[in-house]
Amino acid sequence: MTTRILFDEKNRCLVMLEGEIDHHNASQIRMKVDLAIDTHCPAELYLDFSGVSFMDSSGIGLVMGRYRILREYGAKLFVTNCKGSIRKVMQLSGMSRLAEFVDGNFEGQFERTNKEGVKNEEVQSVK
Amino acid sequence: MKKSRVLNELKAEFPSLSENEALARLLVSGFISQLNPMVDELSDVKTAVSEAVTNCIVHAYRNTVGKVRMLVRIYDGSEVYIRITDTGCGIENLDKAMEPLFTSSPDEDRAGLGFTVMESFMDTLSVRSALGKGTTVTMRKKLRSRVQKDYNAG
Ligand SMILES: Nc1ncnc2c1ncn2[C@@H]1O[C@H](COP(=O)(O)OP(=O)(O)O)[C@@H](O)[C@H]1O
Ligand SMILES: [Mg+2]
Repeated sequence: MTTRILFDEKNRCLVMLEGEIDHHNASQIRMKVDLAIDTHCPAELYLDFSGVSFMDSSGIGLVMGRYRILREYGAKLFVTNCKGSIRKVMQLSGMSRLAEFVDGNFEGQFERTNKEGVKNEEVQSVK
Repeated sequence: MKKSRVLNELKAEFPSLSENEALARLLVSGFISQLNPMVDELSDVKTAVSEAVTNCIVHAYRNTVGKVRMLVRIYDGSEVYIRITDTGCGIENLDKAMEPLFTSSPDEDRAGLGFTVMESFMDTLSVRSALGKGTTVTMRKKLRSRVQKDYNAG
């Protein structure tokens, strides 16, 4: 299970989730994402589900928990590229009232902006 | 109602370790693949099983390790029957526990939607629980299987 985290110069943070999100895997993902939030206080956080092959309600808990943290300091949450069964689980949660659901190639966007802006490697290594 | 025939059966027992959430999903999807399920049906069943097993691990045996038992049956007419049993702490107020968004551990990022997922992804859900004794979750789902498979004895 890998979780790549990208940043851009507009202080946005993109989390490329991958694999199966269940209770077992969620705690590790949560730690990585919360570290990124703590360290960089992004203005916008994007949780991207295009690489997620399975998700149960633990995934909803993960999204809701991040929403609460971001709300505390006025940052915005985006949930991107939920397809098929992931979308079905997400729809049960009413998360669409709390976060913005959007589709698109955000990874490409972040990589593009990063060429002129901040280097991902540098940002990621900041403690 | 006519009683339908059991065509195949799987029994599994494993300790309540979170690693076994994926194992339970793998077992159930491998077992019901003989019914040639549609992709969405397969993920519905996997998701419901994941919820029930996770509840045993997270709630029933909180801070301890106990046994989780899983029974999967295939009935005549592509019906899947699943029973997941623990002998953990039990549920004090079942009506409240089954309400959408209710969770006894909100501080751990539980969404309180496990029962809601089981209920909406399966055709039927029934829960029996006794405080201090444990909980049994039973779920059924009829698959719109493409071809009726022949089951031969022996
Ligand atoms: N097997 C179980 N043993 C004991 N308590 C349970 C069990 N399953 C569910 N519960 C109780 O029911 C509540 C709701 O369960 P669920 O809908 O799956 O939400 P969540 O797991 O996110 O809390 C749990 O918070 C817990 O208190
Ligand atoms: Mg649950």
